[in-house]
Amino acid sequence: MATDPRRPITARLAVAAAAALAVTVLTPFLGGSGMDYGKLWRGESPDWEIFLNLRVPRTLLAFLAGAALSLAGALYQAVLREALATPSSLGVTSAAALGAVAAIALGSGEEAGFPLVWIAALAGAGLVIALVAALGRIQRFSSFTLLLTGIALSGISTALILLLHSLAGITRSFQIAHWLMGGIDAVSYPVLAALAAAVALGAVWSFRQARLLNVLMLGEAWAAGRGIDHRRLNWQSFAVGAWLVGTVTAITGPIGFVGLIVPHLLRRLCGPDYRLLLPLSLLAGGAFLVLCDTLSRTVLAPVEIPVGVTTALLGGPFFVWLLWSR
Amino acid sequence: MTPLSLEALQFAYPGQPPVLHGIDAAAAAPAVIGIVGPNGAGKSTLLDLIAGQRSPTAGQCTLGSQPVHRLPRELLCRQIAHVPQLVPADVPLTVEQVVLTGRLPHGSGLFESEADYAAMEQALLRTRLTAFRGRPFAALSGGEKQRVLLAAAVCQAAPILLLDEPSAHLDPENEAAMWELFGELKQTGHLVLVVTHHLALAAQHCDRIWLLNHGRLAADGSPCDALEPARLEQVFRVPFHWHQNPDGRVFLTYGH
Repeated sequence: MATDPRRPITARLAVAAAAALAVTVLTPFLGGSGMDYGKLWRGESPDWEIFLNLRVPRTLLAFLAGAALSLAGALYQAVLREALATPSSLGVTSAAALGAVAAIALGSGEEAGFPLVWIAALAGAGLVIALVAALGRIQRFSSFTLLLTGIALSGISTALILLLHSLAGITRSFQIAHWLMGGIDAVSYPVLAALAAAVALGAVWSFRQARLLNVLMLGEAWAAGRGIDHRRLNWQSFAVGAWLVGTVTAITGPIGFVGLIVPHLLRRLCGPDYRLLLPLSLLAGGAFLVLCDTLSRTVLAPVEIPVGVTTALLGGPFFVWLLWSR
Repeated sequence: MTPLSLEALQFAYPGQPPVLHGIDAAAAAPAVIGIVGPNGAGKSTLLDLIAGQRSPTAGQCTLGSQPVHRLPRELLCRQIAHVPQLVPADVPLTVEQVVLTGRLPHGSGLFESEADYAAMEQALLRTRLTAFRGRPFAALSGGEKQRVLLAAAVCQAAPILLLDEPSAHLDPENEAAMWELFGELKQTGHLVLVVTHHLALAAQHCDRIWLLNHGRLAADGSPCDALEPARLEQVFRVPFHWHQNPDGRVFLTYGH
């Protein structure tokens, strides 16, 4: 008899959720500077305030950002049917970064925060998706051509970022450089709530498409013959991915490799069924970035390594290994 | 069953000359119809139009009284199962998972129902793939892959099957089994439209032949009428001959 996938999927998700929860609950207790756990337990200053207003929001931001980036990566890999696709390879991350850098460079300083940077980053990501969609309407592109187009768009965005950077004054230039390194900083709880809502929206939509994405593995012609409007599914997936990446990038700056490493590794470990892979990518991506952020703030403490540097240093060698082991 | 009708059907890719010119034909179940013709005659494009995957530039293809390309997709796919010529070779799914994709038009919930699993068991049985059920699709031979795709189309439980060169990579044993399956599907009330280059097998197993040439319907009739040697020679530019065995069975050969 056929194996009903419900039970193994539920079991694996339960294990992943427990592991992600454990990582997220435990890591705020770790840090470069020593914490008096007695004071923390009694809710005394300053440890309680440091824990509640710095470490917890930072951990939650790392989890939400990692979850969103990893989910967007899995989504792009599904619709492009290319295991090496990431939000970066489609140019979405760079375009979101360009939007955010433009907001920082051209804004009035006071306004250059959330939500102006968020809107600008979303606009940048949306522009790339619209451009790719328009090109796709003119001529049917293969996923390979789309990826090459993304690389070109990424290059153009990077050039424009450098231009804005060079034209910005010394203060703004420093802000841009710091932002471009990608980092997890403590943010306010309302910002976290907005990010959580944005990620939840994208996640719910993505999970509902999981069975369709499984069918899409057999190609667009096959999917169309099973009742799927593959063009709509493709562009909606690109748009939701851009929404996730744009939102995260606005708050954290560009953080590479999470969207590549996590879904790809999970696919190898747990198989290609998107009903498992998408929620698993969300949970594992979140936990991965929480761990990377913990490493970033503890390894060279009291100096902090930007988390984008940690993910790139872990992800770069992994990417090379991936290319050579295919 | 709802009859299929092609009325002055025409199709052209943007900026290109027409691929199909004014095709008029009709089909109703139960029947096995062979669509034959030289490379580039428009056979696959015709299947795409019947499957509603392309919109005609003129004329229409109707199922009952409804143009197929205007029918809701799920509804259309419960009526028509289309097996394209090519799918990616490296699909990382098992045979069971590929066959179950045929159930999507019957319910797009996150998981398949009991009825979906029952339909899959039947489809595996009919296509002699039960022993292959857990194997990775990517590890199968070309012929085995085609049988799996046919099983998925059977699993789709649509009364009309459109098959684009389903026996292209099959060995004689599996090819014969596939044509027998078409006959069984006809017995259970299906309409099977099959694009093939195997004229002899089409002549042997089909009730009717649609002969396409340069995007036009050059013949529509019984195998003996449509595959008349002089017409075939004109279309394929090689001589054809009908032969008859002592047991009365006829077969077709070609070449000088």
